[in-house]
Amino acid sequence: MNEITQSRKPPVATTGILGWLRMNLFSNWVNSLISLFVLYILFQFIPWILNWTVFAADFKYNFNGEEIINREMCSRVLDPETGGACWAIIYVRFYQFMYGFYPREEVWRVNLSYIMLAIAIVPLLFDKFPFRKHFLKFTYVFPIIAFFLLNGGLGLEPVSTNKWGGLLVTLVLGCTGIALAFPLGIVLALGRRSNLPVISMMCTLFIEFIRGVPLITLLFFGMVMLPLFLPEGIDMDGLARVLVAVTLFQAAYMAEVIRGGLQAIPQGQYEAARSIGLSYWQMNRKVVLPQAIRISIPSIVNTSIGLFKDTTLVIIVGLLDLLGIGRGALADTTWLGLAYEVYFFVSLVFFIFTFGMSRYSLYLEKKLKTGINMGAD
Amino acid sequence: MRSNVNFFSDEKFRSIFFQTLVVGLFALGIFFIVQTTAYNLEKRNIATGWRFLTDPAGFDISFSPFIDFKSTDTHLDVYFVGVLNTLLVSFCGCIAATILGFLVGIIRLSSNWLLVRVAYIYVEFTRNVPLLLQIILWYSILIQLPRVKQSLEFLDIFFISNRGIYSPRPVFENGFSYVFLAFLLAIISSFILRKWAKKRQDTTGRQFPVITSAFGMIVFLPLLLFFILGSPLSFDYPALKGFNFKGGMVIRPEFIAMFLALTIYTAAFISETVRSGIMSVTKGQREASASLGLKKNWIMRLIIIPQALRVIVPPLTSQYLNLTKNSSLGIAVGYADLVHGFGGISLNQTGQAIECMVIVMATYLTISLTISLFMNIYNRSIQFKEK
Repeated sequence: MNEITQSRKPPVATTGILGWLRMNLFSNWVNSLISLFVLYILFQFIPWILNWTVFAADFKYNFNGEEIINREMCSRVLDPETGGACWAIIYVRFYQFMYGFYPREEVWRVNLSYIMLAIAIVPLLFDKFPFRKHFLKFTYVFPIIAFFLLNGGLGLEPVSTNKWGGLLVTLVLGCTGIALAFPLGIVLALGRRSNLPVISMMCTLFIEFIRGVPLITLLFFGMVMLPLFLPEGIDMDGLARVLVAVTLFQAAYMAEVIRGGLQAIPQGQYEAARSIGLSYWQMNRKVVLPQAIRISIPSIVNTSIGLFKDTTLVIIVGLLDLLGIGRGALADTTWLGLAYEVYFFVSLVFFIFTFGMSRYSLYLEKKLKTGINMGAD
Repeated sequence: MRSNVNFFSDEKFRSIFFQTLVVGLFALGIFFIVQTTAYNLEKRNIATGWRFLTDPAGFDISFSPFIDFKSTDTHLDVYFVGVLNTLLVSFCGCIAATILGFLVGIIRLSSNWLLVRVAYIYVEFTRNVPLLLQIILWYSILIQLPRVKQSLEFLDIFFISNRGIYSPRPVFENGFSYVFLAFLLAIISSFILRKWAKKRQDTTGRQFPVITSAFGMIVFLPLLLFFILGSPLSFDYPALKGFNFKGGMVIRPEFIAMFLALTIYTAAFISETVRSGIMSVTKGQREASASLGLKKNWIMRLIIIPQALRVIVPPLTSQYLNLTKNSSLGIAVGYADLVHGFGGISLNQTGQAIECMVIVMATYLTISLTISLFMNIYNRSIQFKEK
């Protein structure tokens, strides 16, 4: 070894488990301290939450092997030291959580609607679905079938909407709101970008008004003001009034998302469509909207997630959605004090739906991005 | 050329025709609604007009930190209490959510894998669970705190119980307004200082320690005056008398639940906009500034953040708007905001649904428009100035 060069230590490994740990957790002393602190918290928290939700929890029977029928029999009430969650409240009230107070002998209609909803939605979401075209025909008629199935009529026993509740109300509000708001949103978005000043002004005012006020005031509007606006004899039930408010609300947000998509379409597309002689409606229907909607689908899904979560607000105007049924269960003196179990369960159900939707939106974004890149190459 | 021109194929005529048609139908609809509403109101014996605003409300409001509200006060006072409570929780929530959101957003871009995962789980869980549920959950946790008699004490001046957090209340004596004035003056002069320093740097290249000197001015000037004037501030301490605390000031669990839920929920969304904003600054910018020899935290401050803010501010504005609108969910836990106090209790007592809802909606529209206005001004000030 001469004087100029100097032997250095080999570089620190960046591969393998140790290398990964060094790179990602212990790259310097601040990071190491943070990692150790977070690890400590997690080692405290994870066993506790697992214990509470699963290992020490009661599902149907308590630790004495008795079937739980009230809060006094829950292990955590009998022995606060060792007992975990008492899921019996969910077990006992599961029917209400799923269907509300829907008559038990008619509940097959709700179940059938749930199954048909899945069949109607899945081909809508994935464009590689086999025989998608035929399934989509079913998607279009599904709302009509579901309406008669759930509501009664055509030989089926009518079931008043004030008997509906739980997941049924959440899904009806979410799905109907989104399905009705979509066409309305397209119309509003086109209206806002229209060349006719009066129409564009009216659409703008409507959209900005709805977006400027909280949903809860619109629900109050539907509940207390709508009946005053309607002539005698026309009596809307609570669910329908709330649906009007939810649809108007969602349509304004949908319109802004679709407007964003419309703005992204290059002017040349409009001009080309016009130059081959298409009318305004033909141009929008055949050229502009298909492209605009395609690029705004991820955002549409995102606003739909927002609406799905916002359906819980209907409990404030007295409808019993999933959260409403949960609060009802808590108000029952036989189950008093099991708030965390109920809220945990309701959160979990919402989480499954909304997380699924947000994953889907991410998947679409990725797919769209690759699609655009392939076009550019 | 055909002589009998079809009016309908003339674009100008068609546009006027359709617009007149729409306006006509709209006016007809309004006329019809006004008619039926007037009829319905008369039939149900509901009073109309704004006279109810000056009637005594007849109910108490538990949380009114700015106005001393008594049940003999009018519905108009209920309205003001409601607006102030809405603004209070929105303002506190926006500030806290911004801080937490920026923190989480930066954490999600950090190199610590564990921290990134924890932040990711936080964001996904709070974003995907309805806000109303979170508000109710926080409230149900807070009211399970110990009763007043067994309240948790800190330093013998803070008491935490299921009735809220009791803390000493500052009593401003004569002369404190000068301290406050000095504080305002210091803030204004810091802005002037910043402008001057920027001008000097632009012309001469010499830097001036603006942040340290502004900080010193804002902290020490009022503090100095405070001691010169002989500490014109005392505290009113809470003390347990009978079943409740007397004196001091209290932050109610309804407010804390709203504040926590709104902050934690909105911060998750803000962290996503912050993350995407920072990620939108291309890697080349970082490398270029590093090759210029800038230090790491200066790269962040001078290169990354200013460019990221351009992307962050517009969605941040809509998050502030959402938070303000979401503060209306206070009704679920009895927080006396605009919707609960005026749009809820006053409406039920007077039955004047239309008037109450019009006022509530108009107020929210005003608040929303004001926030957008200020954020648009701010947004314009940070956008790229092309020369």
